[in-house]
Amino acid sequence: MQRRQLIGGLAGAALLALATPSLAQAPIRIGSVLSVTGPASFLGDPEARTLRLYIERINQAGGVLGRRLELVLYDDGGDANRARTFATRLVEDDRVIAVVGGTTTGTSLAMIPVFEEAKIPFISLAGGIEIIEPVKPFTFKTPHTDKMACEKIFTDLRKRGLTRVGLISGTGGFGASMRNQCLRVAGDFGVQIVADERYGPGDTDMTPQLTRIRNVPGGVQAVINADFGQGPAIVTRNFAQLNMGVPLYQSHGVASRSFIELAGAAAEGVRLPAAALLVAEQLADNDPQKRVVMEYKQTFESTQNQPVSTFGGHAYDGLMILVEAIKRANSTDGTKIRDAIRATRGFIGTGGVVNMSATDHMGLDLSAFRMIEIRGGTWTLVD
Amino acid sequence: MDQLLQFVFSGLTVGAVYALVALGFTLIYNASDVINFAQGEFVMLGGMVTVFAHAAGVPLPLAALLAIVVAVATGLAVHRFAIEPARGANAVTLIIITIGASILIRGLAQIMFDKQFHRFPAFSGEDPIAVLGASILPQSLWVLGGAAVIVAALWLFMERTLLGKAVRATAANRLAARLVGIDTTLVLALAFGVSGAIGALAGILVTPITLTSVTVGTLLALKGFAAAMLGGIGNPVGAVAGGLVLGLLEALAAGFLSSTYKDAVAFVVIIAVLFVLPQGLFGKRAVERV
Repeated sequence: MQRRQLIGGLAGAALLALATPSLAQAPIRIGSVLSVTGPASFLGDPEARTLRLYIERINQAGGVLGRRLELVLYDDGGDANRARTFATRLVEDDRVIAVVGGTTTGTSLAMIPVFEEAKIPFISLAGGIEIIEPVKPFTFKTPHTDKMACEKIFTDLRKRGLTRVGLISGTGGFGASMRNQCLRVAGDFGVQIVADERYGPGDTDMTPQLTRIRNVPGGVQAVINADFGQGPAIVTRNFAQLNMGVPLYQSHGVASRSFIELAGAAAEGVRLPAAALLVAEQLADNDPQKRVVMEYKQTFESTQNQPVSTFGGHAYDGLMILVEAIKRANSTDGTKIRDAIRATRGFIGTGGVVNMSATDHMGLDLSAFRMIEIRGGTWTLVD
Repeated sequence: MDQLLQFVFSGLTVGAVYALVALGFTLIYNASDVINFAQGEFVMLGGMVTVFAHAAGVPLPLAALLAIVVAVATGLAVHRFAIEPARGANAVTLIIITIGASILIRGLAQIMFDKQFHRFPAFSGEDPIAVLGASILPQSLWVLGGAAVIVAALWLFMERTLLGKAVRATAANRLAARLVGIDTTLVLALAFGVSGAIGALAGILVTPITLTSVTVGTLLALKGFAAAMLGGIGNPVGAVAGGLVLGLLEALAAGFLSSTYKDAVAFVVIIAVLFVLPQGLFGKRAVERV
């Protein structure tokens, strides 16, 4: 008897504890489908941590429109089919008002039709340009596109007077997409792609491909590697092994601490375009992004006990753009929130300054990318 | 010329790992007709346990030893708790059980370690050695040398020890082996243990070059299996030859034909070989007596 009372008391206390912070009304439900496990986990894991962390902080600060936020998060394991199933569940069972997430281009593309049909705003955290081109009414994204990465690299190449370039890319979604974009825009920058080599997702040795690039008639003046994950680390090591003697460019896909650790001394001198978050401390004090990126970095690192990555930053940007839009719309109606997201101007995120419009559902320009060089085992701002 | 040499170095290094995985397949296949698809996970354990032990401050040789112990224990556990209880089931059932075991091992490793890629320092420096215009990493020599030592040790064990002879007798004819008093269950357990050790050694040798994560086992098992089939499943010499040939095929195809289709080229060659020689390069012709 005494025991039952105790349990009853505990349950009552728990209910009370749950009820106190929730401010009278039902919470606002925000959905998310991320690749927390699987091959893209190094992207999805920091994204999930960021969303949980900041939704809790927003609730502690009083929520949005006087209501608590509630995150409904599913892990698709990198599988596009599962992502689509979870997307349907978010719409039909969980009745979320907006969705942040979709870690990879593949999972995002699989989910877009579901959210478009339900008229639910969807902010993807994936890189592929196909997500926002052509523009879809309810679909947005926060990360830079691979096309911008190519353009940033080519701009830097032109500055250094290098025009003959070898391209080596992974055959996975990211690498294949960036390869296409680079091939497409190279001409606009007067850059000539004289070698175009590829490697598979699990490949462990790229010296044959690099040897081919080195032996191209007329030679190459620089090499670009389009991929993320362990591939670029192996390419970088092979590059040093073969003593290629020209600059190596990586993509924003390697913008995490683990790349430098895996590539070791071979990473020295490698350049890549990346978000300002990577070099937060080195930004000039009058840089508009300085305050935002420093704050995110400190908050993330002090609570998660791991170094910040730009991928978590994309989740931060997506959530904050959404929250501000809900506040401006003063409503949880999908179309009104969409209109408010579209009207985002001068939002300063970790990825850059965001100016959305009816024709631009990402809102970033090339200034959002910084050219970074790895020197002394750490990121150094080049320009 | 230097270009060809560079491709050969690359192919042999990658091929040596395939060869060691194929050797693990061969050992267990000989003792039981089972293709152990958890073989790739032994390679993963070799790399990952060393990485984490080393990161925790254990000296590299000790960390490597620990990794071998863990992989051998895992191999024995797979045998004791997955294969042995299903004793008497046909080979296909047992193969499916090994696939289940590999998923379990990978899942547990994901919980105990993490999902990131890792490496530890190469054994003797990272400065490439120049050979006739091509360059090879010192660690590649470790991989090739290590593979040679493992193959030689295995050969000595099989040819010169009583236990090794028991393994060979079991491979030749299990029923007859049992009739002359060989404990075939023990032989199979031994095969799993030794396969675990070989896989772990391969993982330890190759991680400084190829990096490792909990998911590397799947692809290695596939490539190792292809190598074992190419060489003739059940033949240790064939396993080694098959692995090296597969590695060379991939590197030469990437170097001279097209890096996009290098895996396709390698597999087309394997299919062509198996079409002409269904038993593989070194396989013995299986005669079914009716």
